[in-house]
Amino acid sequence: MSNALIIGAHSAIATAVARRLAARGDTLCLVARDADRLADLAADLTTRGAAEVHTAELDVLNVDRHDAALAAAAEALGTIDLALIAHGTLPDQSACEADAELARRAFDINATSVISLLTPLAERMAKQGSGTIAVIGSVAGDRGRQSNYVYGSAKAAVAAFTQGLRQRLFKDGVHVVTVKPGFVDTPMTADFPKGPLWAKPDTIARGILRAVDRRQNTVYLPWFWRWIMTLICLIPEPIFKRMKL
Amino acid sequence: MATTLSGWGRYPVIEAERRLTRSRGDVAAALSSGFTGIAHGLGRSYGDTALADQVLDTTPMDRLLELDAQGGRLRCQAGASFDDILGVIVPRGWFLPVTPGTKFVTVGGAIAGDVHGKNHHREGCFGDHVDRLSLMTADGTVVECSPTANAELFDATCGGIGLTGAILDATIRLKPIRSAMIDETTHRATSLDATLKLFDRTSDATYSVAWIDCLATGDALGRSLVMTGEHAPEGPLTPHTAPRLSVPIDAPNALLNPLSVRVFNALYYRRMLGDTRSRRVHYGGFFYPLDGVAGWNRLYGKGGFTQYQFVIDRDAGRDGLRTILRRIAESRRGSFLAVLKEFGPASRRPLSFPKAGYTLALDFKIDDELFGLLDELDAIVLDHGGRLYLAKDARMSEQTFKCSYPRWDEFVDVCRRHDPRGVFRSRQSDRLGLTG
Repeated sequence: MSNALIIGAHSAIATAVARRLAARGDTLCLVARDADRLADLAADLTTRGAAEVHTAELDVLNVDRHDAALAAAAEALGTIDLALIAHGTLPDQSACEADAELARRAFDINATSVISLLTPLAERMAKQGSGTIAVIGSVAGDRGRQSNYVYGSAKAAVAAFTQGLRQRLFKDGVHVVTVKPGFVDTPMTADFPKGPLWAKPDTIARGILRAVDRRQNTVYLPWFWRWIMTLICLIPEPIFKRMKL
Repeated sequence: MATTLSGWGRYPVIEAERRLTRSRGDVAAALSSGFTGIAHGLGRSYGDTALADQVLDTTPMDRLLELDAQGGRLRCQAGASFDDILGVIVPRGWFLPVTPGTKFVTVGGAIAGDVHGKNHHREGCFGDHVDRLSLMTADGTVVECSPTANAELFDATCGGIGLTGAILDATIRLKPIRSAMIDETTHRATSLDATLKLFDRTSDATYSVAWIDCLATGDALGRSLVMTGEHAPEGPLTPHTAPRLSVPIDAPNALLNPLSVRVFNALYYRRMLGDTRSRRVHYGGFFYPLDGVAGWNRLYGKGGFTQYQFVIDRDAGRDGLRTILRRIAESRRGSFLAVLKEFGPASRRPLSFPKAGYTLALDFKIDDELFGLLDELDAIVLDHGGRLYLAKDARMSEQTFKCSYPRWDEFVDVCRRHDPRGVFRSRQSDRLGLTG
């Protein structure tokens, strides 16, 4: 039995992680934007066996509220054994190209707010001297591509930030996992045509919890994305820039 | 955004705008912004029941809101799947009161189709085990319905193929079990007479169904394996596991031909030695044998298939079944699996499919000549006081529908009262003259 803080609890991957934790009787604190839906999700996790479920409403763009939300979560849970940061949106790339405000907002949701939450969270976890922080990045952060570089650059920021944080918190006994999912069949990607590379949220959730248990550093989910991204990153830039990829 | 959409039979395929609904607020927002169409869950109805130009994708509304582990009641949102529910309730000693042949259906879909299972003769349809449901009607009002409160709307909604409104959540009564295992007995029946006699003899069984060789002719016409089952009195309460096999691509047209189907059927019929066999099997294998192969609908090729399921009156049963089976065997178009079952009495719900008699379900690969044959079969079914299952239909005529569901006008009255502008409609409801 352990205590988990889940930020962006309505994301399909976060919900799948929370359900796995609930089934093993953990205590959860869910942080998300929509209060009504939070109550339903809390009920769902209780039904599945969670010891206790706490909720805190937070719009991650409202950075002034980050400290208070984390304080409330920490008080509810006591020790935080696992903190999962899972919120994010998939922006419309071409709309972002035409509107700097949209691009900035997408970056704020996917990167700035994550960094802003991780900073006080890291302080708390370092003081606690134990636990794991798992942050959902993306394979899209490994190389900027014309089809989604706004999203990709935000995820790249998250990857570099968590990499540094992992090194910093190592001496404090706190572990940081950078999660890089590939294509996941979620409401965020509902309108994409699906192929054999697509994974279910629960498959990703299983991989995240395995990575947490094994204290893996950066994990590609499913595993084959490590090799796909290795190949994509090997393409020389003079060729890459001419590709449609 | 437009997306291609079809039912499990992959016929017809349409372009539709899919709106994700994560909460009742999303459903209300869709309704107030001009939505017209139908709710769509896991897409396991076979034809065009859940197809419309716009659909409400209810799968994100999958929360299990409350489990009364003493009283055996589950309250959940409409998009919750049987697959998910079983994983939670089986370890606590509960089971679904009624389940169709796949667990990849949502609670909303099960209510809208008033689905039945192998226990219909004893325990009725899914709708018989729904305590209450909340329904958002066309104007955004949430109506609480139960067999006693707003009973007319409740009855129209169970089996009402989504036309009364969007089901938001429901409370279902569960069935206590002491084991996840089923004691299964299989009897071999050498003819149609023997099959029907076995149904009579095993009418006490909780679950019963026959797999029938639809290509056998002459004396062997209607030969079958009749399977019965009881929940085992003891054993582990282990839920099912995820499918291990899948069909990754569309099968070539040549795979399904008269010879392959004949060989499959003949082999299946001979799969056991002796005339009866008893064994203890997991509920997953007993109820959901085809769920073990993800995407099995691709076996029927790119053009899709239709599942033809009819019921005919018990009195007319033997002759009616014989006539129909003969016609199918003659056409040499049988399916891999044809399933025969004896239903118990009909419910009071106006569009609910089951009624006292025999129901037969067969898959047919779609091709140019198929619909002619099915029209012929429709006429025979109607002659024997029968009708077709709406959740599987993709092609019956308005006339066939209205002759065989005589209470259709009563149903339309209820819909009109709650949805005067015809917001909730599907390809099927337009085709059958229920809307439009």
